[in-house]
Amino acid sequence: MKKNGFQSSAPKTLLPKCPTGIQGLDEITGGGLPRGRPTLVCGGAGCGKTLLAAEFLVRGAVQFDEPGVLMAFEETEKELTANVASLGFDLAGLVRRKKIVIDYVHIERSEVQESGEYDLEGLFVRLGHAIDSIGAKRVVLDTLEVLFASLPNEAILRSELRRLFRWLKDKGVTAVITAERGRESLTRHGLEEYVSDCVILLDHRVNDQIATRHLRVVKYRGALHGTNEFPFLIGDEGISVLPITSLALNHKVSGERIATGIPRLDAMLGGKGFFRGSSILLTGTPGTGKTIVSANFAQAAARRGERVLFFSFEESPDQIIRNMQSIGLRLEPLVKRGLLRFHSARPSLYGLEMHLATMFKEITTFKPHVVIIDPITSLMDCGTNSENKGMITRLIDHLKAGQITSLFTSLTQGGHALQQSEAAMSSLMDSWLLLQDYEGNGERNRVLYVLKARGMAHSNQIREFLISDRGIDLVDAYIGPSGVLTGSARAAQGALENAAVLAAQQEAAQLKREVERKREAIERQISGLRADYETEAQELRRIAEQVGTSTLMLTSERTASGILRQADAKTVVHPRSRARNGKVHS
Amino acid sequence: MKTKTVKPRAAAKLRPLAKLWQLRLYVVDSTPKSQTALANLKQFCETHLKGIYRITVIDLLKQPQLAKGDQILAIPTVVRQLPKPVRTIIGNLSDVEHLLVGLDLRPAV
Repeated sequence: MKKNGFQSSAPKTLLPKCPTGIQGLDEITGGGLPRGRPTLVCGGAGCGKTLLAAEFLVRGAVQFDEPGVLMAFEETEKELTANVASLGFDLAGLVRRKKIVIDYVHIERSEVQESGEYDLEGLFVRLGHAIDSIGAKRVVLDTLEVLFASLPNEAILRSELRRLFRWLKDKGVTAVITAERGRESLTRHGLEEYVSDCVILLDHRVNDQIATRHLRVVKYRGALHGTNEFPFLIGDEGISVLPITSLALNHKVSGERIATGIPRLDAMLGGKGFFRGSSILLTGTPGTGKTIVSANFAQAAARRGERVLFFSFEESPDQIIRNMQSIGLRLEPLVKRGLLRFHSARPSLYGLEMHLATMFKEITTFKPHVVIIDPITSLMDCGTNSENKGMITRLIDHLKAGQITSLFTSLTQGGHALQQSEAAMSSLMDSWLLLQDYEGNGERNRVLYVLKARGMAHSNQIREFLISDRGIDLVDAYIGPSGVLTGSARAAQGALENAAVLAAQQEAAQLKREVERKREAIERQISGLRADYETEAQELRRIAEQVGTSTLMLTSERTASGILRQADAKTVVHPRSRARNGKVHS
Repeated sequence: MKTKTVKPRAAAKLRPLAKLWQLRLYVVDSTPKSQTALANLKQFCETHLKGIYRITVIDLLKQPQLAKGDQILAIPTVVRQLPKPVRTIIGNLSDVEHLLVGLDLRPAV
């Protein structure tokens, strides 16, 4: 893809390219070295010239079916084979299979006597023979300059070298010539004068006591190329150049969500946690609990049966395990079950590129689902800003390509949490959690925000972050008129509110009792009145009966006297007396 | 003048203990250059090693694989196989002085 992009913008009369197969180098050079032409690789001692050249040959033979000839002027066949075996190159095997020919050229100046004129036709014959014997397409001359020390006549040598490069071009082989870096010029003996198609400069320099290798394409005739200096590393699988520009943004993404191990944090992230394969940045000032959150995340993942790789650049594994035990996180069983692996290394142990290489190696062998890097900032002390960004980009890309969820902690220096480097790094991250200290009321309290979470609904609320011997808990922070209330201020506010509630409850109960009392009083009044009424009613009845009786007696007396007097008037029964059942006889 | 002073010294330093001088001359193709070298070598041997030398001419154009064994880079090259140790002289052998030193017939000045 990238290659096409380069090519379309280049002039139409394109150089055919010869892919090196070296990670990153082909991206920088837009497809490889100029095919059929010599390329000069120069650099100081120990910067990887021979390895680069050897890898060019080996990859050519293995990946591109282009056999190669290695003419070594410094190291013997055995030494070379042993040296590149550490990169996983089976030079001896390739020689046996006739994919590579190694010719060790050695001249001891003290053993050679000059007498009269000569040329280097012997070198041509040897090289030509080697090329023809396997049909080589690639040639490496490492390091040609040794000849300047072994042959006394420089004039002959120079004219022969000029002829040699011409001859190599005529042969149509893609050649890599290595040369020592000169003090003033690119090479000690001015070889760049003869090889002018492509010059690659390697450099091994020390920044803040940490050595990093760099590669730069100084010159590439007839082609566009990356002109920057790129860090490169020599790992288990050879050289890897880190061109940030070459990273393609085309990894697959997962819709799966994974829990963080802190339920309230999951709730803040739309209730489901992070996306699988996403990169998460966790920044915080010292002592805000970055490692604890990471350990929680690690434990949650390992408990789901996923493999977790924990890169620790500040604490030893034992220390982390012990410290996490104090908050109720038991990591040791997970380590024993092989679900959690720690990798601890001092950041200053070696350079950035070496760290990357080791991390890549660990990732490749352990195949984790989750990678935690605690903290990424110590690692960043190893290099310059641009190097770091390149490294992190590369790392994230590597992890994302493998659908590995990554959590990076980042230590901020206090003060404002959003420092510039952080902002630069954060743009690479999918999610960003911020842990912060709140100072006030003579205490420090931790709070947590979700600063960003790409592709998911997330809470904009600040949460107080509590660490106890039972683990982590997030609680709502009170937002009062004077700002955020945390810790004891939050507790005090809580108590205050509790008291108010209690008072209200008590008042309500009081009122209720009052009502009850009133009701009872009224009840009592009602029953008194009823009693009065009953008494009165009885009295009245009694009077009414008395009246009835006397009337009856009066009537019966009248009847009796009437009978006595023979009266003819009828006796009348009083109707009211009849209504009173039984009281008045009929 | 000069040859007179050289000759007795050279004769004195000759190593008669070596019964056989085996010399290899590496050339590429039978170019005038190689012819010159061979002629120079023959003349030298006739002068200094009469009767006890044997010259083998190796044409690398025909046998390129032989170049590796004697670490041949420069052409022409003379390799003294015997007597031991092996000595190497590069050039068309026009410089007799250097050839004498190179073949250990005279110590370097």
